[in-house]
Amino acid sequence: MLKALAEDIIEQIRKADFPSIVMPSRTTDNIYFDKKLRQYVLGEKVVRRTARNVTHLKPLTQLIWAGYIASTLLRENKTSTLRDVFYMAEGEGLSFEDQPESDRIITELESVIKHPREDFNIFPEERSAMFGNLEVEYTVPGYEGRRLNFTMNPDGIVIGPAVATSEFVDTDADKVIVIEKGAMFTRFVEEKAWKRYNALLIYTAGQAPRATRTLIRRLNVELKLPVYLFADADPWGLHICQVIISGSANAAHIPELVTPTAKWAGVYASDIVKYDLPSTKLNEQDIKRLQEIEKDPRYQSEPWKTEIKKFFEIKKKAEQEAFSRYGLSFIVDKYLKTRLEELEG
Amino acid sequence: MLSVECASCPEGSHHPKYQVEVLRQLAETFREISPADFFYRNRDVAGFSNPSRAVYSTVRELVENSLDACETRGILPDIFIKISSLQGTSEVSQVLKVLVSDNGSGIPPQYVPQAFGQVLFGSKYVLRQMRGTFGLGGKMAYLYGQITTNTPLRIVTSTGSKVYEFSLMIDIQRNRPKIVYQKELRRLKKWRGTLVEFSIEGDYYRASPKIVEYLRQTAMVAPYANITFIDIEGRLIRFTRATNLMPKSPKETLPHPHGIDVENLQRIIELSKERNMQQFLTKNFHRVGKATAKLFLNEVKIDPRKDPRKLSHEEIVGLARALRSFEGFLPPDASCLSPLGESLLEAGIRKELQPEFVAVESRRPSAYSGHPFIVEVGIAYGGKVQQGGASLYRFANRIPLLYDESSDVSWKVVNQLMNWKRYNVDLAVAPLAIIVHICSTKIPYKTVGKEYVADRPEIEREIMNAMRDVARRLSLFLSKRLSYEREKRRFDVFERYLPKMAKYAASTVGLKNAPSVKPLLVKASKLSTEMVEGGKEKEVLEGSVAS
Repeated sequence: MLKALAEDIIEQIRKADFPSIVMPSRTTDNIYFDKKLRQYVLGEKVVRRTARNVTHLKPLTQLIWAGYIASTLLRENKTSTLRDVFYMAEGEGLSFEDQPESDRIITELESVIKHPREDFNIFPEERSAMFGNLEVEYTVPGYEGRRLNFTMNPDGIVIGPAVATSEFVDTDADKVIVIEKGAMFTRFVEEKAWKRYNALLIYTAGQAPRATRTLIRRLNVELKLPVYLFADADPWGLHICQVIISGSANAAHIPELVTPTAKWAGVYASDIVKYDLPSTKLNEQDIKRLQEIEKDPRYQSEPWKTEIKKFFEIKKKAEQEAFSRYGLSFIVDKYLKTRLEELEG
Repeated sequence: MLSVECASCPEGSHHPKYQVEVLRQLAETFREISPADFFYRNRDVAGFSNPSRAVYSTVRELVENSLDACETRGILPDIFIKISSLQGTSEVSQVLKVLVSDNGSGIPPQYVPQAFGQVLFGSKYVLRQMRGTFGLGGKMAYLYGQITTNTPLRIVTSTGSKVYEFSLMIDIQRNRPKIVYQKELRRLKKWRGTLVEFSIEGDYYRASPKIVEYLRQTAMVAPYANITFIDIEGRLIRFTRATNLMPKSPKETLPHPHGIDVENLQRIIELSKERNMQQFLTKNFHRVGKATAKLFLNEVKIDPRKDPRKLSHEEIVGLARALRSFEGFLPPDASCLSPLGESLLEAGIRKELQPEFVAVESRRPSAYSGHPFIVEVGIAYGGKVQQGGASLYRFANRIPLLYDESSDVSWKVVNQLMNWKRYNVDLAVAPLAIIVHICSTKIPYKTVGKEYVADRPEIEREIMNAMRDVARRLSLFLSKRLSYEREKRRFDVFERYLPKMAKYAASTVGLKNAPSVKPLLVKASKLSTEMVEGGKEKEVLEGSVAS
């Protein structure tokens, strides 16, 4: 695909035509929520980037350059990060204004060649990690055949390109528990939640990176493991869970990033009341965000609708750590137990 | 009568309503003391108020006399000025030797003593646009020199044949020249012109920036002159002639009745030889013919046969008023004026300011209160014009006005009346110079200092119109340049990115030689701006959709 793109450009230059490329439009009016797939998809609209237009020249050149970088990475079996891309461009006189701009060019390259960037070895900075009894076999060059068990490091093992592309070999886990925050992830490991609940624990560090989302989907689809999602009881926590379930508009051009059967397991607004959790008032931004997601098609089901209403009612939010008022083990011993029973029941 | 008005007020104040009264007092003063004595006592009024101003005024008056001496005869001026220090006295004041020479008409030897040593010599009631007024300023300088150093004035002059040297002093009390010596010089080569040399006490160091600025601005409106200045340190500053064209010499004109006051009228009556009113009017006033005179005299009920010298004081006052207000007189014609003209003004601006763009506008003659005037405005932009806001250069009868800028009518037009935004000019930052030249037989200065022009509505309107005109042309130039720069910037983008695009595409498929983008660059240079910039893609940034 990368070669086809380059050849197309060369051909146009040879014919003394201003090179142009066509890609799916990623404007708001071309992003639809596909209810069947339970994720965002791009519509039929396309945009044309043409060298005839001065304002397109630089981004188009950056796109062709990104294609060249991707082809080099693939040829040399190397990986790179979005941050690298940003800095590499500076050396070529193609500087990006900021990181989001260089990320955007990579996103465009994805939508032009219709492959996620992971396929051409460009990854985000990784912070996400996993812990639990899962054995994988690497497929990355130089590590082929080597195996790794995710109980080997009590800090958890980073989910990077090597892990994301590894083959699942063996597991006795029967579920996946996804946690937003590092401290809570450590608590779950220390309290042996993975053993007691037979679970693989994944820490997302805020919004889950795409490699992590891909891994969660693979665990769900390939190993048929149910997925439970824990985040703070605020609109931002809700959305971290929702993106894992239904994907983001940002990645509407990338299929197979979503896990539609994953379940939001807390913390609910109703939990704040039920457990009398220490809480703080929702601020203006929280309220605004809550109003936005109330109208979002991804939130038009239960328990989202009821819980969003509850948030508006109590006007409060709470962090996962709030359960610590009942002792450090309460969240694993009592709360998790109860919630999993409810959801599995 | 400018010189009298000049002396009527202390410097820095103005009160025209008292003018008549002051004039009367003044007339009496003249009877009691000599004019030289009067000016000695009132030296502040002519710009000799302090040691630095005195030096500046001296240079200015002498240079103006020299330029006038050349221009009235159509001679391309070569002016030489040298200031040297005789004694390095105190810090604020030195004894200076000032030498100014020109290649002008020269002065016949019999007139030299009076011309240099007697104040108000040769005042004639004819009007013509000149720099100096009745040569008073120059005499003021000699007088000041004599007062401060008590040394004689040396004059060397020739009208083209014999060369004479004079050494003079002024008998201040009697207003008479005192000849120290007088001799004919052996002529080494053919020479014509006048050289004046005398001593003066003053503060050169504080005056020097103003002097240089004065000479620079003079050179701007006299691009046909060579001006050479050797300063006290021996440094040479030279303003070189840029054109051999000179403005046409103004004609002498009689005063227009609309500009007459009582004092004027009395003096004209005293000097006239006519013995009846009708002839008196037609022979002594501008634009008054037989028919007009009859009509006027009939209107004011004065017998055309009456002897003007028999008019009573009351009758003279009434006549002056009637002359000023009668609407039957034709407006003054401008043949007595000598505007620079657009090409000379432009040449001067280009020479001294070296701008990227110049526009000049010479308005048609107009008149206020019986005084004809012409306004000329130039605008200079970019190039070597000083950055960081507009500079205003004001000229009156080709004299640069350097003081009290913010009280001048031109300043008001530039800073208060003009809407520069309309012309895409930001006055605070633009590399802009605005040149306003007003020429008139009588410049309406606000004060005796003669440094700023009053905001007469007629003059203000003319300046405004001229300035709008040049501003419009500047605006056109700016928008053209802007679109040129836009084109250039646009093409730069093609030049920058197309080769890169070709290179990376080639590298991606392992091609050694990138395809040539030359044909595309040729095409790009032909694309019109609209075609290229139209239809901007509406791209939504990441994150503006629900994330």
